[in-house]
Amino acid sequence: MAFWDDHPSKKSKSVFHMKFTEEIKRSIYVALWLMLLTFPIIVIKVNTIDNVIIWRWSNIAGIGLASFLLSFFWQLYLRKKAPEKGVAMEKESFFRRLLENPKIYRPALIIIASCALVFPFIASHYQINVMTTALIYIMLGLGLNIEVGLAGLLDLGYVAFYAVGAYSYALLNYHFGLGFWILLPAGALLAALFGILVGLPVLRLSGDYLAIVTLAFAEILRLVLENWNDFSFGPSGISNIPRPGLFGIPLTPEQSAVYLYFILIALCLLTIFVIYRLQHSRIGRAWVAMREDELACQAMGIDKTKAKLAAFALGATWAGMAGVLFAAKTTFINPASFTFLESAMILAIVVLGGMGSILGVITAALAIILLPEYLRVFSDYRMILFGAALILVMIFRPGGLMAEKRRQYQFHHTDIEDKT
Amino acid sequence: MNFFWDLFLGGLTRGSIYALIALGYTMVYGILQLINFAHGEIYMIGAFTALIVASVLTMKGMTGLSVLMVAGVVAVLYSAAYGFTVEKIAYKPLRQASRLSPLISAIGMSIFLQNYVMLAQTSDFLPFPNLIPPSDFLDSISHLIGPSDFIIILTSAIVMISLSLLLKFTKMGKAMRATAQDQQMALLAGVNINRVISITFIIGSSLAALGGILIASHVGRINFYIGFNAGIKAFTAAVLGGIGSIPGAMLGALALGMAESFGTGYISSDYESVFAFAFLILILIFKPDGILGRSSQQKV
Repeated sequence: MAFWDDHPSKKSKSVFHMKFTEEIKRSIYVALWLMLLTFPIIVIKVNTIDNVIIWRWSNIAGIGLASFLLSFFWQLYLRKKAPEKGVAMEKESFFRRLLENPKIYRPALIIIASCALVFPFIASHYQINVMTTALIYIMLGLGLNIEVGLAGLLDLGYVAFYAVGAYSYALLNYHFGLGFWILLPAGALLAALFGILVGLPVLRLSGDYLAIVTLAFAEILRLVLENWNDFSFGPSGISNIPRPGLFGIPLTPEQSAVYLYFILIALCLLTIFVIYRLQHSRIGRAWVAMREDELACQAMGIDKTKAKLAAFALGATWAGMAGVLFAAKTTFINPASFTFLESAMILAIVVLGGMGSILGVITAALAIILLPEYLRVFSDYRMILFGAALILVMIFRPGGLMAEKRRQYQFHHTDIEDKT
Repeated sequence: MNFFWDLFLGGLTRGSIYALIALGYTMVYGILQLINFAHGEIYMIGAFTALIVASVLTMKGMTGLSVLMVAGVVAVLYSAAYGFTVEKIAYKPLRQASRLSPLISAIGMSIFLQNYVMLAQTSDFLPFPNLIPPSDFLDSISHLIGPSDFIIILTSAIVMISLSLLLKFTKMGKAMRATAQDQQMALLAGVNINRVISITFIIGSSLAALGGILIASHVGRINFYIGFNAGIKAFTAAVLGGIGSIPGAMLGALALGMAESFGTGYISSDYESVFAFAFLILILIFKPDGILGRSSQQKV
């Protein structure tokens, strides 16, 4: 299997005159290997009821061609990339400088803000709904970012908090007739309590043990919601959840979508503000210290228990709020909306965006929610493309789209030279 | 008593299957510290390949033990190849990256493989033929233990014993243990890390495929989504026993199988997975590194 192991860039100089022969040869190997690998599943389709076998030979040709081309371009990319590494770094910091330049980012912010304000009045009902979903995911991503990005607590069951928020809105409304504006903070609070409940038993766990326990909690919650019919109405879910009210003025569904969009914009801004402030606060720095080294952080006098619980509770708060908003938006919830795939999606948003980076999370949430919506043409292939995209982004940018820049103090020589 | 015995056997069967899959998780984790989310999908692909090969062979007129043998061997080989390729594509480029990047890549691979099988085959449940041929011996003990239960427990016991022997006594096993302990040091001692990782994936995937075939012929139907649940359970089992520890994975899987079997039998059948997860949380509260895990006490 030497074709995988050799690094093409090593040879690129000595065989440069041979042009592409090496790459073509290697790509043929890759294509043949993948054709062999995909053969039974792609080509043969058995129908065990009618006892017929369908041979779909055309598929294998497609696989061969596609993998040959992909492998060929991949190797060209590797060859080109090897000497250009320094240039890429340069570009990166140039992009960052652009972002940090007030002359650039202020007008950009104003343009984005005005677009966000005008959007609901020019876009269709459907597009507003899609955008609302994306905004909910921004909130979820930012909330999970507290746990994973800042505190380094790998949470694979974040969707549980989201479910707590959604169900507390739906159930409290159903039983007690409470309204959206009372239940929004209530849902957030309940989710935070649930976060502490999850956080307590896992305080001693670290890393992947934590991951599986959070996953276990989420699965338990989902299964209970699915099976405890008297409490949660089981898999059929709860319908007719009211949309948010506006001082008792009746709204048409279109108007209320616009209204919800603005509520979400406001809440997202609040989230961004709070998380930005948290990041550089005492507890935020404690989280980062905990993420980097638990032992050293304890030695510095940080209460690990408190910091961990705070991360769980605060992370869960945003998920709870997002859950309430989700229930209010769809007016129908059932346990199927809160599967592991959803957790994975939110985690993907955080990691793709670049852990700990607010701007990165927002970009990734918009990309992950909006792109599949507008790629409905390929509706069957949406999820497979999503999976492939996750792998590709991670390979090309393992740090995420916009990795967080560490705050650092710089020592300026010039100051001293001036004085002397 | 009879009911108890049935539940015990059910737990043993379940646990054996979980163990076969959990071994792959724990071996990969031991060496790469990576939760290989695509592992459940390899198991599913093993079951699908076996189904396809077996159906083709049956329609060509083959019967009996030979179908089981050929389908089994082909499925195991294919799954091993899939495991090998998945590692090369999705994990190898990320070996130097932070711990979360390969995790996301693994989740991506899992979604990809699920949808790949769904698009290429079908999203419906497919009936899986019972490949175990009838025999007098199995019939004679059928009042004690069902034929498929017997085969599952026997096969996994043989596989687990041979894996333990392989790790303990062969050169490759030594290299694998060394890599799990300290990758840098193993590299300095002349271990080919890339080969060790590839072989780990190949062995883990073969075991998963074996589990896939066994459970599929036990349950009798498969679809593209079976890998997810089995994968989560097997991962739970691996963590329960102490992830990275091979005897731990076997023990954890058996304990998990028993917990599920007795929980469904004596309490309620709706909450099968809840028992498994609650059991995991309980154990981890008291033993945060799993039953046989190495203590992760940090020292400076």
